[in-house]
Amino acid sequence: MSLFWRDIKLAMRSGGGALLGVLFFLAVIAVVPFAVGPDLNFLQRIGPAMLWIGALLSTLLGLDRLFQAERDDGSLDIMLMQETPFILTVFIKCVAHWVATGLPLVLATPLLGLLMNMDLLSIGAVSVTLLVGSPAITFIGAVGAAVAVTLPRGGLLVSILILPLAIPVLIFGVSAAYAAVEEPAPFLPPFLILCAITMFFAVIGPLAAAAAIRASTD
Amino acid sequence: MRIFAQNLSVKRGEELIFTDVSFELSPTESLTISGPNGVGKSTLLRALAGLLPIDSGTFEIKTDSKEAKPNAEYCHYIGHKNAMKAELTVLENLNFWQRTMAQEDTVDDDLIMSPEAAVELLGLSHTLDLPFGFLSQGQRRRIALAKLFVSHRPVWLLDEPTAALDKASSDNFANITNSYLEKGGIVIAATHVPLGFKEVKQLEMTPPPLNEDIY
Repeated sequence: MSLFWRDIKLAMRSGGGALLGVLFFLAVIAVVPFAVGPDLNFLQRIGPAMLWIGALLSTLLGLDRLFQAERDDGSLDIMLMQETPFILTVFIKCVAHWVATGLPLVLATPLLGLLMNMDLLSIGAVSVTLLVGSPAITFIGAVGAAVAVTLPRGGLLVSILILPLAIPVLIFGVSAAYAAVEEPAPFLPPFLILCAITMFFAVIGPLAAAAAIRASTD
Repeated sequence: MRIFAQNLSVKRGEELIFTDVSFELSPTESLTISGPNGVGKSTLLRALAGLLPIDSGTFEIKTDSKEAKPNAEYCHYIGHKNAMKAELTVLENLNFWQRTMAQEDTVDDDLIMSPEAAVELLGLSHTLDLPFGFLSQGQRRRIALAKLFVSHRPVWLLDEPTAALDKASSDNFANITNSYLEKGGIVIAATHVPLGFKEVKQLEMTPPPLNEDIY
């Protein structure tokens, strides 16, 4: 789809929605060892949780511009008038946004895991859970971005609106990541619930976002 | 194809912007909407484009085809904003809109131009590979107008199409629009300056009478 490639191109060209998120992720993870001290075992234990929190916050960073940029230059009006169902347009924008900003976070995770003194298995577990879980955050975020599209400074509001909804993703993502390393807990159940959450929001998110934008055209 | 608008009124919030706007258009006809600032010209065009809810009255686009489409899908809308990304080149922008606005049932391929041809028509061939953000206001406006040609819609809704255009470019645009009208197009434009379209119907909008009960 042309919309997908256009959004990827825009993210790369405007000097980096993509890079900004990764840099923020790096900043968050890099300061943790300084804050909690040089206890390697402790770092290893909190590693998965910190990586998830860092990734969650980085994902929130660029979300508010998802629709606002389109609205500011009038493109949103034209998109609303097309044959293509607007829900599909929103869905494609979300996927493009995730590929441009979420995927780099997942790719950076192994590197940042080293900073947290994590072993290979647990780095792998966090990367896989992030790969599966971060699209859900983008889809939830699209709803927040759509609601705040008319507000001039909606950025923080978007984060606050969607954080409660993103909590389940965080809970199951982190518990699946821990389950992979710690013996008694099974890995699959929380991981499959995480997959289910992502698929659920892949449907509900664009639906709600499209409805919110249609209601706010003014 | 015929267009009927009867007793349209549109509210924004609780405020009634205009009432009782009626007109009727058939192919080759154009309508220019004039009136003082703030009288609701842009609001009317946005309402016709389906971007604002119509409070009362009816707006219909009647066609011969059996399948009814939403009104918005018959229309091109050029608003105040140019709907172009400053970071992308002119060609990339227009290619994107051409693909996005393509409709399955467009029968006549002659009505659609390539982005290159559309830009040439407006005399800006040399800007094709420049980022849109590098262009001057007038050039940006002309590129925005090029959107009209890269896909076909029978009805054009134009909100001050020639704002920021120099004399030669607005004359050029008037010529292009007239040849489009001859082919059976319909144009509805809000404007403060005479646009030089043929077959012009006028719609003079006036502010609604103040309702003194409110105060």
